Amino acid sequence: MTLVEFLVKTATIVAVFGLTLVIAMYSTWAERKVAGFIQDRSGPNRAGWGGLLQPLADAGKMFFKEDFIPALANKWLFIAGPSLAMLTALLASAVIPFGSTFRIAGHEVPLQGVESNIGILYVFGVVALGVYGIMVGGWASNNKFSLLGAIRAASQNISYEVAMGLSLIAILMMSSSLSLGEIVAQQHGMNWNIFYQPLGFIIFITCSFAECNRVPFDLPECETELVGGYHTEYGSMKLGFYLFAEYINMFISSAIISVLYFGGYNYPGMDFVYEQLVKSLGTEVGHNVATLIGTAVFFGKALFFVFFYMWVRWTIPRFRYDQLMNLGWKKLIPLAIFNIIITGAAVLFLKPVITAWLN
Amino acid sequence: MNSAVSFFYFLSFLTILSAVMVVVSRNPIHSVLYLILTFFTLSGHYILLNAQFLAAVNIIVYAGAIMVLFLFVIMFLNMKQDHEESKTNLTKIAATIVGGTVFVILFGAYRKTAIEPFNPQTYDSQIGMIESLGHMLFRDYLLPFELASILLLVAMVGAVLLGKREIGERHF
Repeated sequence: MTLVEFLVKTATIVAVFGLTLVIAMYSTWAERKVAGFIQDRSGPNRAGWGGLLQPLADAGKMFFKEDFIPALANKWLFIAGPSLAMLTALLASAVIPFGSTFRIAGHEVPLQGVESNIGILYVFGVVALGVYGIMVGGWASNNKFSLLGAIRAASQNISYEVAMGLSLIAILMMSSSLSLGEIVAQQHGMNWNIFYQPLGFIIFITCSFAECNRVPFDLPECETELVGGYHTEYGSMKLGFYLFAEYINMFISSAIISVLYFGGYNYPGMDFVYEQLVKSLGTEVGHNVATLIGTAVFFGKALFFVFFYMWVRWTIPRFRYDQLMNLGWKKLIPLAIFNIIITGAAVLFLKPVITAWLN
Repeated sequence: MNSAVSFFYFLSFLTILSAVMVVVSRNPIHSVLYLILTFFTLSGHYILLNAQFLAAVNIIVYAGAIMVLFLFVIMFLNMKQDHEESKTNLTKIAATIVGGTVFVILFGAYRKTAIEPFNPQTYDSQIGMIESLGHMLFRDYLLPFELASILLLVAMVGAVLLGKREIGERHF
C-alpha cells in the first residue's frame, strides 16, 4: 500500500467518522423537534436559529457537570461502560458504502471506509458486542436497578439478534455475497431488495428497534419500573456517551436498512442522469457529480429512517417485558425461518421460470 | 522484521497476557472481560491468516453470544463476599495436577506434529475466504457438516425439553 493510498483511506475513514458524529449530534436536536411537532409545541428554539445550537449547548452542559463515581462502584468498569458503548456504536460505520466512487486524477476512490468480503458479518459482530457497554456499565454501578436494566438489555439484544440474523440470511441467499458494496451494487436502479423481501424487511426493522433499545422496546430504561435503567448512576459526559451512542446506533442501523433493503445510493433513472452528466460535464466531473447525487439519495433514505425511529418513539407506547420476549421468540423467529424457506424456494424454482419467461 | 511478523508477535503477546489475566484476576467479571479480549486477539490471528469468515464468526458466536451468557450468570451470583473457604489446598492441588496434565498433553502433541513446509507456488492465499470455505463444506465435507447440524438440532430439542415447564408446575 503506497503512502497516497494510505492517506486517502485515512481521510475517508476520518470523514465517515466525523459525519456519523455530526449526524448523531443533530439527531438529538431533530428528536426534540419531531417530538415538539407531534405534541403540538415548538421544541428547542432558544439557542441559535430554530434551536440549531442546542446540541452544542447540551454538550457544554454535560462537560461542565460534576463527574461523579459512586463510592462502591467498580471504578474502572464504571468508566469502561460508556466508552465501550461509544466504541461499538462507532465501529460499524466503517463498512457502510455511502456512495459509488470518486474519480480523482484517474484514480477511483470508493466512498466506503473498508470494503470487506464479510461486510455484513462484521456489522453483525459489532452489533453483538453492543450489549457489553450496557452490561458492564450496569453491573459496575453497584445498583440493583442498574443491574436489572442491564440484564434486560442483554437478554433483549440476544433474543432479537437471532431473528435479525435469520432475516439477513434471506438477503444473503438472494445476493450470494456478504459484501455490503456488492449487495448495494446488485440493487442498481430500482431493483431494490424491499420488493423481494417485504417480510424480511419488517422483521429486520423490528429487530433493529429492539437492538437500539428504542421505543417500543426501550424496556432497559423503563423509568416506571427501573428508575433510569442501566444508566441510573451515571451523570455528566458518561451519561452523555450512553445517550449519544443510542443516536449513533440509530443512524447506523438506518444506514444499514437503506443499504440492505432500499438500494443505498441507487435511485430510479440513475443511468439516464449519469449519461447526461457525463455528456455535459466530462467523464471525471460528471462521474463525481453523479456519485454526489447518489450519496445525497443515500443520506435521504438513511435520514428518513432516523425520522421513522423518532416518529415511532412519540407514537407508540412501550411493550410489557413478556410481550417483548413472546414477540421475539415465538413470532419473529418462526416468521424469519418461514421467510428463509420461501426465499429458498423462490430462488430455486421461481427465478428460472421468470427469467425464461422474460427472455 | 516485516510488519506482519511484528504484528503477529504483538498479537501473541496480547493473547497470552489476557489469557493469563483470566486465570489470575480475583474478580470473576474481570476474568470474563479478559476472556473476551482473548477471543478478540484470536480473531486478530485468524485475520492475519486470511481467514476472515472464521474471525467474524468467532466474534459473533463467542464474544457476542456465549460470553454474554457467561457474564449474565456471573452477574446474578453475588460475588461480593469472597468464598475463600471453597478454595482449600486440596482443590488447589487437584486443579494444578489437572491443568499440568493438559499442558503436558498439549505440549507433547505440539512436539509430535509435523508442520508441512510452506510452498509459495502452490499455496492458495484465498483458502480461508468464505467462498472457498463454502465450497469445501458443501462439496467435500457434506456428510460431516449435516451430521454436525443434526447433533446441534438434538441439543436444541434437549434444551427446550429441559427448559419447558412441566404440567402442574408453579408459574412464578
